[in-house]
Amino acid sequence: MSTTERFIPDRLQSPLQKKIKSWESLLLAVAIAIFIANSFASPYFLNAWNLSDATFNFTEKAMIAFAMALLIIAGEIDLSVASIIALASTAMGAAAQFDVSTLTLVLIGLGVGLACGAFNAILVCGMGLPSIVVTIGTMSLFRGISYIVLGDQAYRGYPSDFAFFGQGYVFWVISFEFVLFALIAVLYGILLHKTNFGRAVYAIGNNATGALFSGIRVNRVKSILFLLTGLMSGVAAVCLTSRLGSTRPSIGLGMELEVVTMVVLGGVNILGGSGSIPGVVIAAFVMGLVTFGLGLLNVPGIVMSIFIGALLIGVIALPRLWEMWRK
Amino acid sequence: MGVMKKLMTTIAAAAAFAGSAAHAEDVRIALVVKALGIGFFEAAAKGAEEAAAELGDVEIIYTGPTDTTAEGQIEVINSLIAQGVDAIAISANDPDALVPALKKAMDRGITVISWDSGVAPEGRQMHLNPSSTELIGNTIIKLAADHMPEGGDVAILSASATATNQNAWIEAAKEVLPNYPGVNLVATVYGDDLSDKSYREAQGLMASYPDLKAIIAPTTVGILAASQAVTDAGKIGEINVTGLGLPSEMAGAVESGATISFAIWNPIDLGYAATTLAYNIHKGAATDAGSEIPMGRMGTATLDDTGAAAMSDPFTYDASNIEQFKSIF
Repeated sequence: MSTTERFIPDRLQSPLQKKIKSWESLLLAVAIAIFIANSFASPYFLNAWNLSDATFNFTEKAMIAFAMALLIIAGEIDLSVASIIALASTAMGAAAQFDVSTLTLVLIGLGVGLACGAFNAILVCGMGLPSIVVTIGTMSLFRGISYIVLGDQAYRGYPSDFAFFGQGYVFWVISFEFVLFALIAVLYGILLHKTNFGRAVYAIGNNATGALFSGIRVNRVKSILFLLTGLMSGVAAVCLTSRLGSTRPSIGLGMELEVVTMVVLGGVNILGGSGSIPGVVIAAFVMGLVTFGLGLLNVPGIVMSIFIGALLIGVIALPRLWEMWRK
Repeated sequence: MGVMKKLMTTIAAAAAFAGSAAHAEDVRIALVVKALGIGFFEAAAKGAEEAAAELGDVEIIYTGPTDTTAEGQIEVINSLIAQGVDAIAISANDPDALVPALKKAMDRGITVISWDSGVAPEGRQMHLNPSSTELIGNTIIKLAADHMPEGGDVAILSASATATNQNAWIEAAKEVLPNYPGVNLVATVYGDDLSDKSYREAQGLMASYPDLKAIIAPTTVGILAASQAVTDAGKIGEINVTGLGLPSEMAGAVESGATISFAIWNPIDLGYAATTLAYNIHKGAATDAGSEIPMGRMGTATLDDTGAAAMSDPFTYDASNIEQFKSIF
């Protein structure tokens, strides 16, 4: 029929090409390199129990990181997560003094997390305040309440079966925390990459106004994300409290920055709009492997944090440098 | 002192030769501190190395987290368990939260003792206090009282509100307060062992209590920040900053007069004693109540009902001896 032919590509790169050049592949290569380097550097690294112990370095942080990833993709942030852990843990500790059942304790932990998330959501979405300001405020507020309740005291006396969440093993060296981590990763992967809700999250992060005019209920989606982040902080609080067997108001201090580091290392754009759950999963492993591997070599913690910082900047700068070099 | 030092060096040198021969069966003792980069713990590590040289067949692993969190120390403990060290001597950031991790270490045959800042009894075999809580509590009040003959207001600037040892000392100090009539404790504030926060808390104290005569800071970070705050406010001579500090860090404050005197036990001795005790317990010394465990040149540690022992009395530093000690730690 037509005499003129024009080649219009339906995509710029083949799927395989795209996969290889993706952030996740780069990160996975880094993770494998670190794993191999660790196996050579320390004779204690390749041991099932030791590797199992090492997963505790990141599982709790990663659980929050998944929810945080969605929040950051949507252009918001929650810096109060570590303080939510403190408040949830304090609430569980207070309840444990009244000999309540383990199930009740868990529900209290999750409930407090959810309530804190709701509080952030009301301030950010209901009142239109910037999330970074709000959550810096609630970061002090939530932990402040814990300090008022506990002062220099600690809550102990958790029921013995409560220890399972942070110290229990499901099968051989596979800890309950690790199984939970994997399960949550899959759930968030599906939520972000396979549902309408996930599409809405990306849309909001790229252009919130545009998303609003396209019929996406922006505030409702954002509120749900804050609730999820609060809930995941509650889950992390249950695991961490169970692992420590006690609660002090300083529990999880400074964890919010490690969570954000994990998310950013996972390839999530800190300005919102892009990122993936597989990236965050690999970033969790990278951070866990690096800290554990350096720990086995007795590298001082100060050097370790320099290393994590350099890794973060390095991995982020690498693609940009590559582009500049090609030009 | 000079003779002692020479003697120690000779012993150390002799031991070092013996040590290199027995390298294959070295006892690996991990000295775990609250956080790295703190002068006090660096000095303790020197003491541990000294003990290692003296004992001969010891390898010291000096380690700790970046910030003073229990979670950070658990990561360190996990990596030490993975390496199969022979003993862990720890100054704890939290007496309870470390118990599950340290129990796991003991289950795998690792000797565990705490020193400086303790762990709950079920999480360690013994605890070495640098001094007794009562003596320190009394000392910090006395240091302030000695230089305010007419009495007056004093305030305490502590580390974090959850710091085990600081809280115990402050409690003991409050108990002896009635023995010092005229000394009026008006406030206890927390600088979290952060220089900037401690500095601000000290400024806040000076603003809130214009008649303040002394700031007592039972922490090396707090006393330094408070003496700086007093110096910057031009209140040298009006407010005396005292408490527990490191001679190397406090030399300037003593010279300027912001601090007249302060106290500390010798962290070198503490690291030395902790290492020797860990070594002896690893080699089979009993840790029941009443047990006596030798700790080299520091004498013998006698365990009480909770498995704790005191090392020695705190020592007062002032203008007369600061020059001598500031180069040591």
